[in-house]
Amino acid sequence: MTAMAPMTLTPQAAGRRRKRRFIRAIKRVGLYLAAVVFTVFAVFPFYWMLLTSFKTNRDLYVGATDLSHIPWIFNEMPTLQHVQLLFLGTPYLIWVRNTVLVGAVVVLITLAFAVPAGYALARLTGRWGERLGIGIFLTYLVPPTLLFIPFARVIAVLGLQNSPWALVLVYPTFTIPFCTWLLMGFFRSIPRDIEEQGMIDGYSRWSVIRKIVLPLAVSGILTAVIFAFTLVLQEFVYALTFISSVGKMTVSLGVPVALVRGDVFYWGSLMAAALITSIPIAIIYNLFIDRFIAGLTAGALKG
Amino acid sequence: MLRRDAHPGVAPAAIFRRRTLADREDLLGRILLAPALIYVILLVAAPLALAILLSFSASFAGSLEFHWTGLRNFATIIQDPQFRLALRNTALFTIISQALVIVLAVTAAHVLDAAFAGKRVVRFLLLLPWAVPVSLAAMAWTWIFDSTFSVINWTLRVAGLLDGWLYWFGDPTLAMIAIITVHVWRMFPFATVIVLAGMTAVPLDIREAAVIDGASFWRRLFQVNLPLLLPIITVSVLFGVVFTSTDLGVVWLLTRGGPYNSTHVLSTLAFQRGILGANLGQGAAIAIFLLPVLMLAAIGMLQVARRTEVGS
Repeated sequence: MTAMAPMTLTPQAAGRRRKRRFIRAIKRVGLYLAAVVFTVFAVFPFYWMLLTSFKTNRDLYVGATDLSHIPWIFNEMPTLQHVQLLFLGTPYLIWVRNTVLVGAVVVLITLAFAVPAGYALARLTGRWGERLGIGIFLTYLVPPTLLFIPFARVIAVLGLQNSPWALVLVYPTFTIPFCTWLLMGFFRSIPRDIEEQGMIDGYSRWSVIRKIVLPLAVSGILTAVIFAFTLVLQEFVYALTFISSVGKMTVSLGVPVALVRGDVFYWGSLMAAALITSIPIAIIYNLFIDRFIAGLTAGALKG
Repeated sequence: MLRRDAHPGVAPAAIFRRRTLADREDLLGRILLAPALIYVILLVAAPLALAILLSFSASFAGSLEFHWTGLRNFATIIQDPQFRLALRNTALFTIISQALVIVLAVTAAHVLDAAFAGKRVVRFLLLLPWAVPVSLAAMAWTWIFDSTFSVINWTLRVAGLLDGWLYWFGDPTLAMIAIITVHVWRMFPFATVIVLAGMTAVPLDIREAAVIDGASFWRRLFQVNLPLLLPIITVSVLFGVVFTSTDLGVVWLLTRGGPYNSTHVLSTLAFQRGILGANLGQGAAIAIFLLPVLMLAAIGMLQVARRTEVGS
């Protein structure tokens, strides 16, 4: 019966219907338009990096007062000369190597501290552990801006000025709190029953951790590794404070500070470096972002 | 026979061992937790205390001497117009950029939440600004705002919106606009993703009920969606405030605090005085002014966590 109703529409009802459909179409268009605006704003600098990386110098360095020369497109054939210069004529690869080495050591240190701590906070410490967990997470909010000055003194006392070891010592101050928090959430999500079953079967708590929990936590630990590494890759303030020689810099310091000749920046190579460095991180972030957000908002989304 | 005999012997031993470990569970927890806790205390809490101590002292890089001078550093910087300007700029950049971020993020999250083709692609692209190292992003923007080659100037002129010329880093107001743009660009994708996570946590039937009851878009936004999203928006704003107010890279790489030292924020001024100027005590005193912001943010986050805990 109800299915018959549309057949007997009055003209006014049909008009109202058409109007509603029109409004819906407008809303749809508005939605797409908004999505496009947001995306363009977010992506524009990356598009600009891409253009700059592959433009010839003649195409690149045309003053913006020349209105006939359109800067938004390639006016000449794209070139690889900036990329070539970046890899062969600048210390970029040395910075990449430095970053990877510092990152690897920091990741190892972070795991050695954060995996046991995350498990302990998730399983072994009860109520006060939860408070302590929040406390450890809050230390992640203490920014480099407050710590670089006292660290300058500490690093001087230890004689680590201009040494990658300064970074290795300092970077875990943000990776450990962050990864402990991340891993705590992850260990909590493993069903308690599995561990209890293991202990009923005669395993000690220690063998339960080794033989049951850690294999189950591999993906969580991998997430922690990825985030610890990207946090290291993104860090700028400590590197700026402690590292002064070009050969010891990391990517995020060397590219903005040392790709300069006198006052002139190598914009093509600089943008190529920015692009090459950010795209892999962006892809990795995209794969892991849900867990990252879940970790950050665990408090606010609880229940 | 032997095995059946052996078995009952094993069981009590297993029970015995399990009970002692259960007794020691708290101890094991402490042992596993201790290294991380000690690291954090030694390398976050102690340096923080040292920062406070340094701010009450005359300390210079290059010498390890340490003279207690009480409030002299604070007295000096409070009379320093440069410092007052940095304090004002920090507040200005943080408040304006975060206000814009909230509006943009809530809107963007609503757009992304409505199902449409290409949603995953848009989400990936929106995450790019957050993923790129801040120092590299700052260089891209420096190039975009370049005084000779700025694509923004070109586009504005072609569109007929600009007659003269915008020297982005040569004019204090324009430089501030540039800095705020970069902060907004960097933080709004992150806020969007957080708000989006919050929206998926809001029960769909509540939102649908509001639609069925015929509530208008604005009414739904202000009386249903926003109140439900409030905790999550608070969290994202608190993160945004902390990250923006303490950021050094953006201002340092875009303007170095210029033109005429007009865009310094607390972090860049602390860097200039404390590290480049080697006056650690004064640098520490400048940076310490960020501490109240951080404490308020921490308290805010604890409140949100507690309230949602009670509510659930």
